[in-house]
Amino acid sequence: MKSVYPKEDVCMACRLCEVACVVEHSKSKDILKAFKKEYPRPLSRTRVEEREAVSFSVQCRHCEEPDCVEACITGAMHKNEEGMVLVNEERCIGCWMCVMACPFGAITRDEREKKKASKCDLCPEREIPACVFACPNRALVFEDR
Amino acid sequence: MDYIIIGNSAAAIGAVEAIRKNDKNNLIKIISEEEYMVYSRPLISYLLAEKVTTKRMYFREKDFYEKNKVIKLLGSRAIGINCDQRYVSLENKEMIKFDKLLISTGGKPIIPGIKGLKNERVFGFTTWSDVDKITRISKEVKEGVVIGGGMIGIKAAEALCEIGIKVTIVELADAVLSRALDKEASHIIQNRLKEAGVDVITGSEVSEVTVKDSKVVEGVILKDGRRIRCDFVVVAIGVLPNIDIVKGTNIKVKRGLVVDEHMETNVRGIYAAGDVAEGYDSITGEDRPIPIWPLAIRQGRVAGNNMSGLVTNYPGGFPMNAIEFSGMPTISIGITDPKEDGYEIIKKTDIKKGIHKKIIVKENRIVGAVFVGEIDRAGIITGLIKDKIDIRDFKKDLLYGDLGLISLPKGMRMERLESA
Ligand SMILES: Cc1cc2nc3c(=O)[nH]c(=O)nc-3n(C[C@H](O)[C@H](O)[C@H](O)COP(=O)(O)OP(=O)(O)OC[C@H]3O[C@@H](n4cnc5c(N)ncnc54)[C@H](O)[C@@H]3O)c2cc1C
Repeated sequence: MKSVYPKEDVCMACRLCEVACVVEHSKSKDILKAFKKEYPRPLSRTRVEEREAVSFSVQCRHCEEPDCVEACITGAMHKNEEGMVLVNEERCIGCWMCVMACPFGAITRDEREKKKASKCDLCPEREIPACVFACPNRALVFEDR
Repeated sequence: MDYIIIGNSAAAIGAVEAIRKNDKNNLIKIISEEEYMVYSRPLISYLLAEKVTTKRMYFREKDFYEKNKVIKLLGSRAIGINCDQRYVSLENKEMIKFDKLLISTGGKPIIPGIKGLKNERVFGFTTWSDVDKITRISKEVKEGVVIGGGMIGIKAAEALCEIGIKVTIVELADAVLSRALDKEASHIIQNRLKEAGVDVITGSEVSEVTVKDSKVVEGVILKDGRRIRCDFVVVAIGVLPNIDIVKGTNIKVKRGLVVDEHMETNVRGIYAAGDVAEGYDSITGEDRPIPIWPLAIRQGRVAGNNMSGLVTNYPGGFPMNAIEFSGMPTISIGITDPKEDGYEIIKKTDIKKGIHKKIIVKENRIVGAVFVGEIDRAGIITGLIKDKIDIRDFKKDLLYGDLGLISLPKGMRMERLESA
């Protein structure tokens, strides 16, 4: 299965990946509306880590044997038939067992309305995930490894 | 080849899913005392608080059994195992023959020797039906006492509080959650509970439940003579491995059922997994029951693989839990409050703000952690514990700024990001 991989040597922490992710997961899919009009604003599911000159964008690895799925007490976190790790928001109660389990720190707490786990869904409506598409440096690639 | 599973919870589901990957056809039969299709035990407090609907209690979709070709005998209690002739006897006198057996009978609540517990208004807090019973009387009662300030007791207290019942927790130790957390974290949570209106009495014990008759509770009397008025009592002082089923067999028992790295007991073809089993603790190196959901799933999966011919070793596990107490996210992992020497503690604490982050290190490896208030990316620490990573080169970085993969050396970080 194809997944998103970061390349830190060419990341410059511009955070366009985060912007693109927010827009992709907004209602309007419009950059201005997503940032200015949608309240609460969607969360980015990729996160740029930055310290001094080092930076890279981290998102769900869609692990072969995901620790988050094993830890989920509700059955919300699951691996679908194609191998993507996804949250069923109807089931999620925001206990954060998955946050505790993910060794990449790739699951965030969405506390905007009801508490839900939030993570990369590989942009189901797109061929290439929005973050990868938006990256000006190819510091995020979408590959089958 | 008949696979028989006693229990219909986390470990059983892990096993069924593993068996069906390797063996699409042979018979799988699940025997369970509880009538329900597989549900999430950790969600019973959410059900009581009306935060999940009954529909969402079910851990798998309705067609789970059908899809996996599982015959379910629900509402059937197993009362014995004949290891030589290889069958399980049920309370209704039926005998179920097996080729491979999984015992995943879970935990059973500890019942303290207190006078007055045999009463319709004294409840346990481990099953869906416990919550149903409490819900049935919840409109008629105003005040309750929860015996036990551990994880389950606090969850019960919090849920009761949310449906408008005045609750007092009575805890024997000098702080709530003393086994899962450390002093600072307990303190923060105890404050939160008090703010939410829950009374917490620590360092004390209930010596008697006073009753009017077998249907009416009047209150409790503490060891020190104090009396607390209440309309009902919830007993939540912990669970023990539910090993009754192996009485009279040769299956080896310590606290729980003794298993090898394949989750097999000393009797060939009979496996155990979940709260009932003594799985390997990869932090302390001992075999012991660690009663948490993810490990029940993991052990069930390992057992299921081995039962169906795919030899798999149990990698071990360690205690960990994530919960929100009155909006305060809390995570505890591994050894949280070491009493002996030889541990190094890295921490950042601000009790007033309700923030506490602590990492416990032994011989340059992380053996435990506590996160209260700020829990984001705590899983990075779990990963470092699981993989027994030597952290000497970046130890001081771990709690510097935000927790992130950026604290790890480049090579290690790349390897982790690439290998998943
Ligand atoms: C209130 C509460 C909250 C919890 N919260 C958390 C949490 O937040 N995170 C976490 O990780 N863990 C939590 N746990 C622990 C978690 O629920 C257990 O670790 C997990 O359920 C263990 O699964 P298991 O498959 O070993 O057995 P169990 O869930 O204990 O199930 C045992 C099964 O065996 C059946 N059974 C038992 N005896 C017999 C018999 N003689 N004949 C037939 N059937 C029998 C029962 O009907 C049941 O189906 C919580 C537990 C409770 C009670």
